[in-house]
Amino acid sequence: MLRIEGLKKTYKTGDKALSDVSFEVPQGQVVGLIGPSGAGKSTLIRCINRLVEPTSGNVLLNDLNLPALRTAELRRARRRIGMIFQEYALVERLTVMENVLSGRLGYVGFWRSFMRRYPDTDIANAFRLLDRVGLMAHADKRADALSGGQRQRVGIARALAQDPELLLIDEPTASLDPKTSRQIMRLIVEICRERGLPAIINIHDVVLAQQFSDRIIGLQAGRVVFDGPPAGLTEDVLTRIYGEEDWTAMRNGAAEDAEAEAEDKAQAEKMLRAL
Amino acid sequence: MSTAYPTTWRKPPQMIHSRALRIALALGAVVYLVLAIGTIEVNWARVVAGMERAQRFVAGFLQPDFTTRWRDISNGLMESLTMTFTSTVVGVAISIPIGVGAARNVAPRAVYLVCRAIIATSRALQEIIVAIFFVALFGFGAFAGFLTLTFATIGFIGKLLAEDIEDIDEAQAEAIRATGASWLQLINYAIQPQVMPRLIGLSLYRLDINFRESAVIGIVGAGGIGAALNTSLSRYEYSSAGAILLIIIAIVMMAEYSSGYLRKWVK
Repeated sequence: MLRIEGLKKTYKTGDKALSDVSFEVPQGQVVGLIGPSGAGKSTLIRCINRLVEPTSGNVLLNDLNLPALRTAELRRARRRIGMIFQEYALVERLTVMENVLSGRLGYVGFWRSFMRRYPDTDIANAFRLLDRVGLMAHADKRADALSGGQRQRVGIARALAQDPELLLIDEPTASLDPKTSRQIMRLIVEICRERGLPAIINIHDVVLAQQFSDRIIGLQAGRVVFDGPPAGLTEDVLTRIYGEEDWTAMRNGAAEDAEAEAEDKAQAEKMLRAL
Repeated sequence: MSTAYPTTWRKPPQMIHSRALRIALALGAVVYLVLAIGTIEVNWARVVAGMERAQRFVAGFLQPDFTTRWRDISNGLMESLTMTFTSTVVGVAISIPIGVGAARNVAPRAVYLVCRAIIATSRALQEIIVAIFFVALFGFGAFAGFLTLTFATIGFIGKLLAEDIEDIDEAQAEAIRATGASWLQLINYAIQPQVMPRLIGLSLYRLDINFRESAVIGIVGAGGIGAALNTSLSRYEYSSAGAILLIIIAIVMMAEYSSGYLRKWVK
């Protein structure tokens, strides 16, 4: 379980990225974090694993207060927090397998990782994860040889290799086409369900957020302005988060999307039956 | 409805906006250039005498004599090649930790300042000056040359490696940091893969610079092919000197082509 209390972040430049953010994420809940660019979504998830140092406030992961940890303790805490990135953030010149195994860096010593001699269980687990995300055949390829969707799957496998207690997901679909975006979101949510993992997904696409998350948190100028079920995202609420816009057009588009997807599924099932 | 849009457009001045100041600066530069050229004294009689020597030199160059001084030439060549190779290997090995330390995004501030200072010292001192210093310390010969080239390599590779590390894709480093990796693991997993091809390319490039430099520093007594070249020039043996220059050109060209090929291959 994750509990955030009074989290604040002011950058050196004086920009107030977060002012007094508090919420709780129970076991297994997938939270969609939405908000306009610059609302502090990225800062918020980076303050959790301290890639960005919060100015004040508590972040409690299973009763461990992360902002209070010292370097070595922070490393130990970070290895239980999986992170999935926008633009994948794979190390491009390493192989797919090395990228997945890099999720174990917090658990093994330097020489083991330097010689790429990971424990047998780590290697078996890495293969299992690659199989889970459908990339078994690509283990020895260099990461930059894969397509966008495949790279994000490697990113997911890397995060899961950490054996995480929490997933932080930053714009996982920002550079993917609509269909691949949906596949990736579905995969993430399925995995969270399988493992009962709580996750915070930072996402621009309101429709995707609504479709795939259990709960929506709306951030505006560093404050939580909405916290509720996806169905609660009315036009009023969207206006409160993003400002005035014609939201019905987006809704209609989303309905069409959903229809198209349902059709796709029916088509695929038909083909499967024909086989 | 129809607005009259201008039909001419000029690029506005980018740096100096005052037209008068621009003209004044340009005029000033021209006047200084003319005056400066005026102060260079030319002794035309000496130039004529020099042309004669140049003719002899070109003649010697066109009829290179590899045989008379072959023993000196081959010894010098072996010494130069040994010096080049050893100083590049040792220099690169030392410059890797210094380069990492001099990269602002991975090193703490104190380490950064120390490593930058080492690099700045190495780059400020030109090879010839360093060679004269080491010859004075350790006597004539290849050891002084080896030390000189190693010292110069540290500044060159250290600076360029540090800059390359500062230019890496931070997202990849951030992702590795987020897994709970230690500093050494971060360097090994996120930095090394990103800078390795360029480091190999730079090392090969430095190898051929070091060979050329070994010819130059030989002239001030640091051994190698440069010493042989200096001897033959001071004995007015222009055909031997021509032979040495041809060998240097051939080796530099070989190094250039092979390093270009290797650099394309490592990516």
